[in-house]
Amino acid sequence: MDITGIAIAAAVVGVIGLIIGLLLVVAAEKFKVEVDEKEIAVRGELPGNNCGGCGYAGCDALAKAIAAGEAAPNACPVGGASVAEKISAILGVEAGSSEKKVAFVKCAGTCGVAKEKCVYTGIKDCRDASVVPGKGSKRCSYGCMGFGSCVSECQFDAIHIVDGVAVVDPEKCVACGKCAQVCPNQLIDLVPYSSTYHVTCNSQDKGKTVKENCSAGCLGCTLCVKQCPNAAISMVGNVATIDYSKCDGCGTCAEKCPAKIIRPKK
Amino acid sequence: MKKRTFKGGIHPYDGKELTKNVPVETVTPHGDMIFPLSQHIGAPAKPLVKKGDYVKMGQIIAEAGGFISANIVSSVSGTVKTIEPRLVASGAMVNSIVITNDETDTAVDGFGKDRDYTKLSKAEIRQIVKDAGIVGLGGAGFPTHVKLAPKNEEQIDYVIVNGAECEPYLTSDYRMMMEEPERIIGGLKVILRLFDNAKGVIGIEDNKPEAIRLISEMVEDEDNIEVYPLKTKYPQGAERTLIYAVSGREINSTMLPADAGCIVDNIDTVISIYMAVCKSTPLIRRIVTVTGDAVENPHNFNARIGMNYLDLLEAAGGLKENPEKIVSGGPMMGMALSTVDIPVIKTSSALLCMTHDEVAEFEPSACIRCGRCVEVCPGHVVPQKLMEFAEVHDIEGFEANFGMECCECGCCAYVCPAKRPLTQAFKQARKAVMEKRRRKA
Repeated sequence: MDITGIAIAAAVVGVIGLIIGLLLVVAAEKFKVEVDEKEIAVRGELPGNNCGGCGYAGCDALAKAIAAGEAAPNACPVGGASVAEKISAILGVEAGSSEKKVAFVKCAGTCGVAKEKCVYTGIKDCRDASVVPGKGSKRCSYGCMGFGSCVSECQFDAIHIVDGVAVVDPEKCVACGKCAQVCPNQLIDLVPYSSTYHVTCNSQDKGKTVKENCSAGCLGCTLCVKQCPNAAISMVGNVATIDYSKCDGCGTCAEKCPAKIIRPKK
Repeated sequence: MKKRTFKGGIHPYDGKELTKNVPVETVTPHGDMIFPLSQHIGAPAKPLVKKGDYVKMGQIIAEAGGFISANIVSSVSGTVKTIEPRLVASGAMVNSIVITNDETDTAVDGFGKDRDYTKLSKAEIRQIVKDAGIVGLGGAGFPTHVKLAPKNEEQIDYVIVNGAECEPYLTSDYRMMMEEPERIIGGLKVILRLFDNAKGVIGIEDNKPEAIRLISEMVEDEDNIEVYPLKTKYPQGAERTLIYAVSGREINSTMLPADAGCIVDNIDTVISIYMAVCKSTPLIRRIVTVTGDAVENPHNFNARIGMNYLDLLEAAGGLKENPEKIVSGGPMMGMALSTVDIPVIKTSSALLCMTHDEVAEFEPSACIRCGRCVEVCPGHVVPQKLMEFAEVHDIEGFEANFGMECCECGCCAYVCPAKRPLTQAFKQARKAVMEKRRRKA
């Protein structure tokens, strides 16, 4: 083989490369996808858990919504105030106040405290158990069944079944709200991290029945409603509910509650 | 004789010998009677009485609360004690009218009077059925007056009386066929009067040859009533399988039987229609089978609606052994109870007390893909596939794989060699799909 053969081959490959290169340049210009730089910056600040706690399909979707102004800068419940601040800086807007929240399970019917009515042998999942009459083995049908649908749903290892009832670890909880969505008894609320007292019962039964079923049940006596100096407690059906925007954590309710079911944060 | 049936199904132990040959006994109600406002599919009824009112037997105490809803009639005379939530078999607390029974059975005017249905117009018959508060007594509780008023009245060519009674242990329909066949035929004639082009069919499973013989003889001279013997197989008495066996037509979950030209009513419902139209007696009673190996004297009872299950159990001689499992309804589709202190409602078909809970001993294991569930499924879905979605609560996947065609009959879970709790998972998933659709609507 002489040198010209090599030179021709090199020239052909070189020219083809040049043509393809030019085509790529044209294509890149012509089919350019407009990317919002803000969106990329916002996405960079989001935690990237893709938990869906914000209501959007993962962090990418939320970043897009925030950049487009459809979602608030503090829409990510996981990131909290620090992420909200950084995102606000990117967008050049005021960060809305974003109070850290945590999930709270409104039931204290642990083994022995909540009385049993039957032996449940079906699928060990609260959602499946809820289609069986009576909802699980506990006599109270409003409380925690203790099969842990919320536990399997939590991506942050923040909720566990302790002694038959789901308990949230407020330090690990990022308030994505997934557990609240899956609980068939709507037993989990998002409460402010700073709140000090909580009502640990969800039963809508009448006082007499509640007492028969569980020794940690709200009897609906309304003593707390009457005694609260800030008028922060009201009755929702047969159970006391605290309005955290009014509660100053004085603890009068916990002191007065005859069933001792308004309890301070652990 | 040609025996009709459907594809799929199972042959469970039927336990019918316990009560099959025992005549129906009427029990007298005592004490408080409880009338839940929701004893049917559809909107709860609206109470027409208040605390302290005196009501007579046969008086409408709550009226239908919507198009798909039904009246509730007092089955005794007495005073309204209170209206408050009470526990029912489904485990829910349902707002109920509680009546203190004065045990005189003072009836409303005209109660029990003979009436000639041939002199009534179609609209009058439908109104009587509506006023009487009749719902499907087979278990679902669909309001009968709605069923009897389809949009395509002249296209109805089959009125099917469901005497299959495929659910194990239950013998109430069989006893009624043996004891009151003239009322069943009378009720069917009343329904046929509403549908000019229809033929009356009484479908009976061939494990009840005496009933087939008796009713066949009685309808020999009737031109448009015929008895169809059906192959004994569970769930032969499910609406869709029965329609298929009788007419060869198939319907799915989005259709009503009327869309296939069929009206299906259970034996006891037909008797109630006869009683309401021809005897001016609204729906105040039903037949309840109290059975199981834990019951002293298993029996069928003619019970008043609103009675306590405890009274029925007492009438059956109580329990001879401590039951491990108590079920309201049959063993396949019934609901496990944690207390029997609940009222008999329009859809209560049986009280089953078993000394041994075989299901509780099952240890579910992994699916081995044997396909037996597919073979037996009368809804022609693939339970094994559906379970994959139901297990992880993937509602969209469940719906896309025709999960809503499941009728929760329990055949798949019955045959599963891995003892997988398929039916419970499907019930949950179907409920979730229904909730999702409601939210969208």
